Amino acid sequence: MRGFRTLATPAKYLALVAYLVFLAFPLLWLISTAFKPPQEMALIDPTIIPADPTLDNFRLAFEQQPLARALLNTLVIAGTSALVTVLLSIPAAYVMARYRSVVSRMTALWVLLSQMFPFILVIIPLFLLLRDAGLYDTQLGLIIVYVVWSMPFALWMLRSYVVGIPVELEEAAAMDGAGKLRTLKDIVAPLLVPGVVAAALFAFVSAWNEFLFALVLLRTPELQTISLTLVKFIGAEGVARLGPLAAAALVATIPSLVFFAIIQRRLVGGMLGGAVKS
Amino acid sequence: MTTTVATRRRPTPPGPQGQRRSFLGLDRDGLMLAVPALIPVVLFSLYPLLRGIYLGFTDAQAGRNSETTFTGFENYSQLLGDSYFWDSFRIGLIWAFGVTILQFFASLGLALLLNQKLRLRWLARTLALVPWAMPPVVIGIMWRLVYHPNAGILNSVLKDLGIIDSNIEWLSSLSLALPAVIIVGVWSGMPQTTVVLLAGLQSVSEELKEAAAVDGAGPWQRFRNVTWPALRPIVTAMTTLDFIWNFNSFSLVYVLTEGGPGGSTRLPMLFAYEEAFRYGNYGYAAALGNAMVLVIAVFVVFYLRRRYREED
Repeated sequence: MRGFRTLATPAKYLALVAYLVFLAFPLLWLISTAFKPPQEMALIDPTIIPADPTLDNFRLAFEQQPLARALLNTLVIAGTSALVTVLLSIPAAYVMARYRSVVSRMTALWVLLSQMFPFILVIIPLFLLLRDAGLYDTQLGLIIVYVVWSMPFALWMLRSYVVGIPVELEEAAAMDGAGKLRTLKDIVAPLLVPGVVAAALFAFVSAWNEFLFALVLLRTPELQTISLTLVKFIGAEGVARLGPLAAAALVATIPSLVFFAIIQRRLVGGMLGGAVKS
Repeated sequence: MTTTVATRRRPTPPGPQGQRRSFLGLDRDGLMLAVPALIPVVLFSLYPLLRGIYLGFTDAQAGRNSETTFTGFENYSQLLGDSYFWDSFRIGLIWAFGVTILQFFASLGLALLLNQKLRLRWLARTLALVPWAMPPVVIGIMWRLVYHPNAGILNSVLKDLGIIDSNIEWLSSLSLALPAVIIVGVWSGMPQTTVVLLAGLQSVSEELKEAAAVDGAGPWQRFRNVTWPALRPIVTAMTTLDFIWNFNSFSLVYVLTEGGPGGSTRLPMLFAYEEAFRYGNYGYAAALGNAMVLVIAVFVVFYLRRRYREED
C-alpha cells in the first residue's frame, strides 16, 4: 500500500504541474503583455517577465478608450442590480423555504428552466418589450434585465440559507407574540447575512461580467459597460495595441477577482456554522 | 373551496408550518413577501420566454411598419433547407460535446488530485477558481493574445520545442479554429465542474474506501467500486448542465472568432444572434431558438431517465 503510494506520487506531481501550467499560463501571458512596451511585443523569443516593464499600456488604455466611463457605468449597473436582486429575493426565498405552496414549486421549476432556455428566445422579446417601454438603450432597462436574470440563482442560494435556520427559532418568536414580518426582520434577516452577502456578490459579478444582454440592449457609447468597450477595443489589432488591450482586460477583471476573494472567505469561515448548529 | 372552509374552522397553529390557505397556497403575509419578486419575473422572464417561443411561429421582422403574422411551421421548413442552419447545429454539437467531455475528464483529474494531500494544492485550488471570476470577454481577449500568430506565446513555445516551423494562425484557420476555441471553452468551464466534483469526492465515505483497501482493493478498484458509484449522480447532473450551458454559449466564441473563419465556429447562438440583430429576422431567429430547445430537451429527458433509474 505505502510502497505504491510513494511510487505514484511523482506521477501525481507531474499531473498537478501540468494542470498548473494549463491554468496559469494564459493568465501569466495576459499580465505579461499588459506590462510590456511595444518593442518587446513581437520578439522572436518572447519572455514571460518583461525585460523593461512599463505602466504605459494602462495609461494608453485609459486615454484611447472611454475606459473610466465604462468602468463607472458597469459599477452603477452591477451595483444597483445586485442590491435590487437581493432586496426582492430575500422575502421570496423565505416564502419558498417555509411555505408549501404552488408558488414555491413553480419558482423551483422556473429556476431550473431558466438555466436551459437559449438566451435568444428571451432576448428578442425583451428587446421589443424594452423598446416599446422606452427603456431600450437605457441603463435602467439593462438593470431590470440583470435583476430578473440573476434572481433564480439568488433565490436558490437564499432559500437554502433559510432552510438552514431552525424553524424553532421562528416559532419561539411567534410564541412571544412577534408577527410574521417582525419575525422576518428581527430573527431571520440577521441570520441570513452571509447568504445575502454571497447572493449579492454573485449578482454583482454576473452583471459585471455579462456581455450578450448589454450588446443587444445598449447602443450609445456613453452608456456602455466594460465588456462592450473591451470588445470594441479588439477591432484594430495591430501588435502595438495588444499592450493596452491586455491592460484594459486586466483592469476589467480586478473587481470580480476581489469579490471572489471575499466570497471565498465568507463562505468558508461563515457565521452560519455557529448560527445553525443551535 | 371546501378545503379552505375546513381549514379555517380549525384554529391556526402558530409558526410558519400551519398556514391558512388562500391564493395559490399562500396566506396574506406570504403573498406580500412573494409578489415583489414575482412581478418582475413574470413580466421580464416568463412573458418574454413565452412570446419568444410564439415568435418562432411568426414572420416577425425588424422595422416599425412591418406587421407580424402567424405562419405556423413555415420557419421550420425553411430551416430544414438552410445549409447554414445545419452547419451551425453540427458545429454547436461538436463544440458542446467536445467541451463537455474534455472538461469532465480534465476536471475529474484535477478534483482527484486536489482531494489528496499534495504540496502546491492551495495554488492549484486558487488557480482552478480564477477562470470563474473572469468575464468571458476577458477570457476571450486573453486567449486571443495566447493564440496571436506573431506575438502569441503558444507559437513561440511550440517553435522552441521544435513542434512547428512557422507561425500558425490558430483562430483564422478553417481546420484549427474550432479545436482552438474548444480548448478555451474547457479552460473557462473547468472551475464549476471541478468544484462540484471535488465536493462530491469529499462526500465519499472514507470508511468505505479504507474498508476496500483493507480487503486488498487497489486504487483503480477503489475508484471504480467505491468512489465512482457515489459520484455518479453528481456526474450525470453536472455533465447534463455543462452540455446545456455549452450548447447555449455565445460570448466566448463571439470574442474569439465572431463565428469565423468562414462560419467554421458559428455556434447556433451566434447564428441566431446574427439573424436577429444583424438581419432583423426575429421570427426566423426565434425559430432557431425553438430548435435549440428541442436539442436541449432531448438531453434533459435523457438526464431525467438516468436519474429515475439511479434512484430506483
